[in-house]
This record gives sequence, structure tokens and C-alpha cells, in this order.
Amino acid sequence: MEKFQTLHSAAVPLPLENIDTDQIIPARFLKATTREGFGENLFRDWRFNADGTPKPDFVLNDACYAGQILLAGKNFGCGSSREHAAWALYDAGFRVVISSYFADIFRGNALNTGLLPLQLTDAELARIFTLAEKDGDTEFVVNLPEQTLHLPATGESFHFDIDAYKKECLINGYDDIDYLLSQKPAIEAYESGRAWTW
Amino acid sequence: MAKSLFDKIWDAHVVKTAPGGLDIVYIDRHLIHEVTSPQAFDELEARGLPLFRPARILATADHNVPTRNQHLPIEEPLSRSQVDKLTANCAKYGVELYGLGHARQGIVHVIGPELGLTLPGTTIVCGDSHTSTHGAFGAVAFGIGTSQVAQVMATQCLLLSRPKRMRISVDGELRPGVTAKDLILYVIAQLGTGGATGYFVEYAGSAVRALSMEGRMTVCNMSIEMGARGGLIAPDETTFAYVKGRPYAPKEAAWEQAVAYWETLYSDKDTVFEVEHHFDAAAIPPMITYGTNPGMGIALTGHIPSEVPASEAESFDKSLQYMGFQRGESLLGKEINYVFIGSCTNSRIEDLRAVAAYVQGKQKAGHVEAIIVPGSKQVEQQAIAEGLDKILAAAGFELREPGCSACLAMNEDKIPAGAYCVATSNRNFEGRQGPGSRTLLASPLVAAITAVQGRIVDITQYLN
Repeated sequence: MEKFQTLHSAAVPLPLENIDTDQIIPARFLKATTREGFGENLFRDWRFNADGTPKPDFVLNDACYAGQILLAGKNFGCGSSREHAAWALYDAGFRVVISSYFADIFRGNALNTGLLPLQLTDAELARIFTLAEKDGDTEFVVNLPEQTLHLPATGESFHFDIDAYKKECLINGYDDIDYLLSQKPAIEAYESGRAWTW
Repeated sequence: MAKSLFDKIWDAHVVKTAPGGLDIVYIDRHLIHEVTSPQAFDELEARGLPLFRPARILATADHNVPTRNQHLPIEEPLSRSQVDKLTANCAKYGVELYGLGHARQGIVHVIGPELGLTLPGTTIVCGDSHTSTHGAFGAVAFGIGTSQVAQVMATQCLLLSRPKRMRISVDGELRPGVTAKDLILYVIAQLGTGGATGYFVEYAGSAVRALSMEGRMTVCNMSIEMGARGGLIAPDETTFAYVKGRPYAPKEAAWEQAVAYWETLYSDKDTVFEVEHHFDAAAIPPMITYGTNPGMGIALTGHIPSEVPASEAESFDKSLQYMGFQRGESLLGKEINYVFIGSCTNSRIEDLRAVAAYVQGKQKAGHVEAIIVPGSKQVEQQAIAEGLDKILAAAGFELREPGCSACLAMNEDKIPAGAYCVATSNRNFEGRQGPGSRTLLASPLVAAITAVQGRIVDITQYLN
């Protein structure tokens, strides 16, 4: 996993709630057996017409907005457990998704992919949307060690929470699997001490 | 100290608590399928790791398999390559596979319970969000992403934070024509599509206790549709009677020991839940969804809301525009093009029996295409043994071969753009059943009556 520490970027505002994983990456594109290339079909049916031409009114096709931060309404990533949703966002160049809350499985998948799910309050999210929508060049600074989202243009800073262990993993590029493998002796001891083995 | 059912099971599976407070949780059963496992096997390969406990994994092919001519090679090249990859990985790593054509093949959440792999008190994971289904047996079961699939393959464990506790109690008796599916659609409509995010839900109350195992599976299956990490129900005599004698269930002395343990699995009297909800079973109507998330549900005879909070208006109106509906409108009389009966939510023998019992001697409406996709080979064979296939065929319903099918339309079973489909599955997201498809979620009984009438009706006027 790539390390994540700080990011300076503009944001792409997608002001819809309950964006589900079927929108992020429709099921018909889950047939690949590798992790790469899903970005091409990110938000496929919102982004493209059936004939493959871009839909001009979708924000990812709007030249006014670009960046490595996606802004989205509450309950982002609800639905399926497909990690392909996080891979698609990452593959398309996003490194941070900001929302007022994330679906649990998506949050975990994002963290395991190196994509930061950054949770703000509803009011803070509304404020960020206002600024990002007004001027697509508005710069945001995500500082993971400090757990802040900073706006150089206005001087505003917002704190965000993240599990201390997952923060360390992201900063250092560690996967859970590395830690779990280091715990094999404890896992084997647990197994031998169990009363039930079904 | 009083403990919840969930905490009893979780605590019994904590290997240790890591510095920082996350638990290393041992996983008893790992179910895998063709879509979310290939990249996990590749990760093992890249790291040169073996499967830690291959005997704790069971594989099946379900998500993108065709539901016709399963004895022939899969036509669609990408689906075929994914299923072939699963077969190759299972052979290489020594994983039991109930693949296409096997007598035990089927939707992963249908075959686990019917084989007796799903047992009370166990931890069960799968790279699929509807793993919550297995909670019906008093198991802690939840969906995981592919990185976690690899973690379980390599260590049989996951590093997890303990979810918060929520209890949803439904007491009283369900009215005629109201089923487990209506119960859970009603609950989700009350709580909203994100209403249980961060929680593990226990379902309780006399109406839940009265449900069959199939009904309990339907309820737990849809826990994820309100954001819950999972849902579970305390095991009881109904559970034990269902599990007993199944191929992987404990036998003889081990069975007696198991039941003695399972009888201790309930929430202690003074357990404190962070959130409690209470519902009256008699107040639950036959339900249907009108929008593009499962929380957008109303009584069949109800109206789409006219007013929503300002912050939700944009998403709400986008959803109605997609569905071709208006605020404040009733769905009664709306013509339907497709009926899909299937998915891990409602494809079990009890669901097929309910449909067959209703449609016996009737005909589906001429303009409706009605397909029934059994959850497993065993369900299909049982249906044939009971003669349900003939009843369904006579009524104009097509009984297919098992798989996930039009629930997520990864195979050929797609609903065309703009068409309306009453589906017994679990998600009505935009494009879920194919690009542009419009899904209305409902129970198998509502689906059967809709297929016969060809339009949305007040089913209480049409019960047999």
C-alpha cells in the first residue's frame, strides 16, 4: 500500500447522499481478476451514456473541477462489500473522499486500499461543498499526521478523527496482513485452547 | 456483567486485543466465490503465503453464472474466466469447491445454511455484504472486502473494532399476507438506509421468534441495507431443528454438546444496548419500495412522501426521476414488466412454495416476464420433487437454474432500461438489475400476485 501523509489538492464536489457501490462501480465491471483498471468505469452510468459518450452535466466531465479529493453527501459507499469501489476511486486518481459518514465496509476497504475516508460533521461538509462548488480551484490541504483539513484561501481548519492504528498504517503504508502474520503464535495458541472445533 | 448475544460470540473469538484497542478476531468459516476472491489468491501468491486453514474455507460459483444450460461451458468470456480462475485456485490451494454443476452448488448464503456449515455461535465471513444472512442462526456473520479475504486466507483472523449494539424488537403477530420480507422492508424504511451504520443488530421479540429459519434469514440478510455491520437472532428450538442432521452439522455426542452450548447464546436480561427500537408486528403492512435505496419503502397501498428535508431533496428527486415516479403518488395500478423471484434474500424452498401456492391454477399477465431463480441446486431439486416446477410452468413462470442472477445482473439476466421489475432481491439501486432498470423490492407473495395481475395491487384483496 502507498504511504499517505499530506495532500494538497482541489476537490470534486458530488453533492448526493447514499452514493452506493453499484454507482461507484457497477457489478457488470467486476469481472476482472486483477486490481487495476477499474478507474475507467468509475461512476460509469452517471459519467457516460449507453453509447460511451460522456454525460456533460456529470461533475467528472466538467472541466471546472478536477483533483484528488472527492466530496460526497452522507452515507458514502453503502451497499455491496466490493473493494473494487475503493480500487476504482484510487485508480481514477482519488486519494481522499470527504463525507459526513461512510458505510462501514467501504470505510475499511478504502483504508486497506490507501484511500483516506475523511469524515466531517454535516455542517462542516456543507461549508466545504459551498467553497468547492463556488471555485473549482479552491485548494485543500489534508494533513493526516495532524488530522486536519486546511483551506489556505480562508485560513479555516477542520479536525477529523481516525483510528490510531489505521492512521499509522496509512502513514507508513502497512497492511493489516503484515500485523496479523506477526501474530501467528497467538492465533495458534488460541486454536489449541478452544473447546469447540466445528 | 450482563452480556449481549453478539458479545458472547465475539468475546469467544478474540485471540487477543492489539495495542490501540482493535481485536484480533478468529474466523470459523470463510465462504468464497468467483468475484471477490481472485485478487486475494493473487495476494497470497505474491507474498508466497500458504492458505493457513484451507478446511475452514468453502467455495462456490454464484455471482456471474448463467441460469440456463449450466451443463454447457459459460458463454460470456469474462464470466467464464472468473469461474475458471476460482476452480484453478481451489484446486491449487486445496479448497472444497461446489462449482457449477455440483449437486451442492448455489448462492453462497443459501448453501451455507442448507449444508449445516452455518452454526450458532460461529464467526462467518465472505467477500459479500449479504453474509449477514447467516446471523439468523445466532452466528456473527458479516461481509468483508477482498483485502480482508486475503487476511483470513493467510491467518484465519481479522483485525476489527467492536461494533456498537442495537436491538430491534418486533412483537405481536404479522397480519395475513405480511411476511418476513415486509417486516425487514418496514424496519429499513423506518431507520433509513444508513440508520444502523456502525451497529450490529440483534432482532428480537415474539414476531421474530415466530419466524421460520427461512424468514429469519430474509430479515438478517437485509441488515446491511440499513448500514448495519450485521444482524443476528438468538438460536432456539427452531434453529436446532433446522440444523440437525445437515451434512456439516455436529453429530451424536458432539450434537448434544453443541446444543448445550448454543442454549447459552442469548442476550442476558440486563444487557444494555446503545440503541433500542420497538415495532408492533400488527402495524406492518405488505411493503414495496419506490426509490433507489432500500430505505425508500412504503405500504403497497401507501403514497410516496410529498415532503422531505431540504438537505435530502436533490438525492430524493433524482431517485424519483430515475424511477419515473412523482412525489405524493400512489403506486397502485402501475403496470409492471418483469417479476424476479430469487437472490440470497428470497430464493429458498419456502419462498418457492409460497409463490407456487398462490399461482397454482392461475396465469401470469401476458405482458409480464416472470422468472424464478432457485437459491441452490438443492432448492431446485426439492422444488422439482414437490412438483412446484410444473405448477410454476403452468402459470407461465420460468424456473431457472441457481445463481445470483438478476439481483445484480452480472450474468445475462438483465432488466432492460426503463422497464419496471418487482423483485424479491435486496437492492433497488440505479442500474442494479441492468443499466436503466427500475427495481421495486417486495416479498415473494407480493411478487407472485403482481405477476398475475400485471400491475401493483393491494394484495390483501387478492389473497387465496
